Amino acid sequence: MQNVMAICKREFSSYFNSPIAYLVVTVYLVLSGALFFSTLFIEGQADMRQFFGLAPLLFFIITPFLTMRLLAEERAQGTLELLLTMPITDWEVVLGKFLASVGLVSVLLFLTLAFPISVAEIGPLDKGATVAAYIGMLLMCATYAAIGLMSSSFTKNQIVAALIALFIGFGLFIIGQMVQLMPSWLAPFCNAISIHTRFQNIARGVIDTRDVVYYLSMIFGCLLVAQTTLESRRWR
Amino acid sequence: MTDNVMIRVEHLLKDYGTGRPAVNDISFDVRAGEVLGFLGPNGAGKTTTMKILTSFLAPTAGRAEVAGYDVYSQSLEARRRIGYLPEDTPLYHDMTVLEYLHFVADVRGLPKSSRNARMKRVVEQVGIPDRLGMLIGELSKGYRQRVGLAQAILHEPEVLILDEPTSGLDPNQIAEIRQVIKEIGREKTVIFSTHILGEVQATCSRVIIISDGKLVADGTPDELTGRKTGTNTVLVEVAVASNKHDPLELIRRVDGVLAAELVPVGSATARMYRVTAEGGQDPRGDIARVIATVDGLDLLQLTPERASLEAVFRRLTTTSTASSDQAPLAAAGGM
Repeated sequence: MQNVMAICKREFSSYFNSPIAYLVVTVYLVLSGALFFSTLFIEGQADMRQFFGLAPLLFFIITPFLTMRLLAEERAQGTLELLLTMPITDWEVVLGKFLASVGLVSVLLFLTLAFPISVAEIGPLDKGATVAAYIGMLLMCATYAAIGLMSSSFTKNQIVAALIALFIGFGLFIIGQMVQLMPSWLAPFCNAISIHTRFQNIARGVIDTRDVVYYLSMIFGCLLVAQTTLESRRWR
Repeated sequence: MTDNVMIRVEHLLKDYGTGRPAVNDISFDVRAGEVLGFLGPNGAGKTTTMKILTSFLAPTAGRAEVAGYDVYSQSLEARRRIGYLPEDTPLYHDMTVLEYLHFVADVRGLPKSSRNARMKRVVEQVGIPDRLGMLIGELSKGYRQRVGLAQAILHEPEVLILDEPTSGLDPNQIAEIRQVIKEIGREKTVIFSTHILGEVQATCSRVIIISDGKLVADGTPDELTGRKTGTNTVLVEVAVASNKHDPLELIRRVDGVLAAELVPVGSATARMYRVTAEGGQDPRGDIARVIATVDGLDLLQLTPERASLEAVFRRLTTTSTASSDQAPLAAAGGM
């Protein structure tokens, strides 16, 4: 655990040394803020539905840019070799990096608290649903981060890593959007694996164990693949 | 009991799947306190061997032990006892030197109580106390190399593995890094790869030469250069004004000379001979007197020739790579 924290600490602080994190965070806040408030005033209703509705789309686009460097850069620079020859397991490396990216996403989500707070000033806000939606957003972002970390383990090229993560994220997002077009036997399956549908369940204010288990198993699965990819150097 | 063998390599084989093993059945032992120079042309398998010793890669066959721990099945225990500096010194360029060393101390699990004292000592040993606040990316290559060394020795490893620690440095920096290695080598076991031969003579107590994945020589620098083989070789250069006398005949008649041969130098008036004499005999005085007494011959040069490590290296690594498309020493790239 001490090793995990060491990795996480280094990774988290190096986010603040790179312009990418600042840029992505800014772009996200500006975009979601602009899209949210423009409709808020048109509708004149004190609710967060618009904001939470956009979240899955915006997050699958921005998280790959926050996670692309995690392992790809270490591979490209050769620092991965030095790291993996220290007395630390591959799993600890993967977990530490994952926690660092979740940490950054948490900072981002914390900053967006400005939105519900301003809405609460204007009118009555459904606090329970908002808290649930934030928990849902954290789980969803962590899942995207795990997907991004996994993609980053496949290559030494950060752009490729980001594109793979975008592709997977898009797939999991769009599959929920297209449920209506699917044949009826396929629809439940699509709903089951869609990140989007899961989030909408939670954003309604109901935290269902099945949804939480879905996110946690997605995360675990991606981290396991990332670890296996790192380990595969020893089988070749 | 392993007594004091710190690194044991047994029939190590690594095949990347190309059909030509990068490391082909190598075995050697390194004892505590030895500084082992790992020599070989680029692509000979030095880096691969080191990557296996540090558990980064797994061997295809054979095994290796560091400080008594198998590098594959007891990898974490082995890694705790190794300090490693890979080729090209990969470091995090966005961190300051101090941040980086703290990170390494965290991962290495250095106790907080003794950490600062240890860090101070290492930083002084490698000569970077005035660079601690700088970003690693802003350091010159020589300083980066020192940070790399600091990282490798921070946890006082029993075994230090350095992959080409002096490549790309200027002569002053090379001398400084060598000094640090020598200092560390007094207490620790060091294995470092290089293709600079002077470095080996200056720093190592033992040399291993590998070529094309195979071990071709193992011994002290003195043993390899044949200083103990019992013959004495001298180069003689003579200016020849007339063809009345053949210097070769005269030299061959000198007491103790076993053989003499002409060495082509491409000059019309001067000729060079390589003369081999019996061990313990220095034929130079006699040769000088014989040449001096003959009209039309002038002695230009009389130099003892010792088989240099370079000559040994070339001889050992050229024969075995002759079949491949790589010229030893000149081959570019590496692993």
